[in-house]
Amino acid sequence: MAVIEVHGLRKRYGRHQAVDGIDLTVERGEVFGLLGPNGAGKSTTVEILEGYRPRDGGDVLVLGEDPGTAGRRWRARIGVVLQQANDSAGLTVREVVRHVAGFYPAPRDPDAVIELCGLSDKADAKLRTLSGGQRRRVDVALGIVGGPELLFLDEPTTGFDPQARRQFWSLIRSLAAEGTTIVLTSHYLDEVEALAGRLVVLAGGRIVASGTPQTIGGRTEESTVSWRDADGTHQVSVADPAVLLGELTGRDDPHLTDLRVQRRSLEDVYLDLIGESR
Amino acid sequence: MTTLTVPLPSTLRTGLSRGVVEVKQFFRERDAVVFTFALPSCILIMLGFIFDEPLDGYADVHVSQVFAAGMIAYGIVSTAFISIGVGISGDRDDGTLKRLRATPATAGAYLIGKVVLVTVTTLAEITLMLAVGVVLFDLRLPTDAGRWLTFGWLLALSIVACTLLGIAASSLARSARSAPAVLNLPVLALQFSSGIFVSIAALPAAMTAVSSLFPVKWMGQGFRSVFLPDGLAAQEVAGQWEHGRTALVLAAWCALGLVLCLATFRWTDRRTR
Repeated sequence: MAVIEVHGLRKRYGRHQAVDGIDLTVERGEVFGLLGPNGAGKSTTVEILEGYRPRDGGDVLVLGEDPGTAGRRWRARIGVVLQQANDSAGLTVREVVRHVAGFYPAPRDPDAVIELCGLSDKADAKLRTLSGGQRRRVDVALGIVGGPELLFLDEPTTGFDPQARRQFWSLIRSLAAEGTTIVLTSHYLDEVEALAGRLVVLAGGRIVASGTPQTIGGRTEESTVSWRDADGTHQVSVADPAVLLGELTGRDDPHLTDLRVQRRSLEDVYLDLIGESR
Repeated sequence: MTTLTVPLPSTLRTGLSRGVVEVKQFFRERDAVVFTFALPSCILIMLGFIFDEPLDGYADVHVSQVFAAGMIAYGIVSTAFISIGVGISGDRDDGTLKRLRATPATAGAYLIGKVVLVTVTTLAEITLMLAVGVVLFDLRLPTDAGRWLTFGWLLALSIVACTLLGIAASSLARSARSAPAVLNLPVLALQFSSGIFVSIAALPAAMTAVSSLFPVKWMGQGFRSVFLPDGLAAQEVAGQWEHGRTALVLAAWCALGLVLCLATFRWTDRRTR
């Protein structure tokens, strides 16, 4: 059975249709990405799945229950990493992780979670003394200490430096490797490409594309072949680059150089997708 | 799967754990601790020294003692109503409530945590105020059990009413930044009109008629009845201590506070819908 099943989800704020008919299925063990620009409806969608917001229409099942009416036992099975949180500033990392672990029927060992999140050195530091990246790792620790089957990560690395992002990504990969289903929202393309097995692109409250990071938006359909020879620089878009490559290398042209075959970058695809919907 | 068979932690257990964390966090905010506790005592010291003369017609009682007794009501309002209202507003703002909402912790557990916090801080506040009253203004602690019994039920009803109303009032403030301003205005107005910062005998009848609808007047009157000689009852609006009516009014505010609490408690602020 799928972990998340969504059909025709709708949510309106006043006159603004934030989510306009979304269908989604997330299978157990997947890392699923929701990609889209600010205001695309990502956070609204996720907050409905998390049980934070009521929906106006559509069918939603998360772990087999309707998040709008699901109870405490359901909440013990999900983990939520908040987009921004500054709470518990006066508590130490260990205190807050232990405290939150106490809410759950079968929590993970708090010290092991602190270790997993790379916070062992900071276990006795108050939250207000942590850097932005460390603070987000505390949020992840609090999201997973209950031992969730399904973890929601909403814009997890906003404001991270590159090294902190890489560390964070490896943490997410190790959680996925343990079998946790992960739903990730982001407006960073490289993040979704690095982590997600499958993704949808949202724009204007609708899904404008879905697939894997490799195939989304027809990424595999065309490649750009570029090279330089005595006549100058050339660039051609072709469906099957092998034919052109064979022809080029068959010429035995001593001036042939800088030969490159590139698939359209995810960024090109993405900008096309969200551009079309505007 | 183990999570299906292991029972969820009880609301009481989670609530007490919330209480420990609330108290820890409160006492680690050193400036908040100092100013929360200092304000009522500071006002008591000011008023006590300004009005340090014998009360007209009562040679053995000083005006400062009347203030010291009634001001306990302000101490409770300060640590229960204002601190809780501001605290919950802050919890909405910084993500505390949002985080709890996504866990199996219940709203009841959160509120038990607040009750633990209020009980600890209010008892500390009252101890401090009584110490100031006894040391500086010769306030006499009662020696008979009956007066301490009155003190007990008065304290319990006052804490419950103020806490519930503080929880309800936290929804009035749009943000944590505006909460202290929003909550302090009605509180200060009631301290004056209920005869806490001024002698109640000096107030116009119309003013006490209005303030008699609210809990503060009854709390002040009740605490004066605990710490002052019975002859002072003549100074009250009705000329007597009115214990029965005090209990009724405070109990009614507890009930109303609970209803308001249940009707208005929000996990998030108004910006999220």
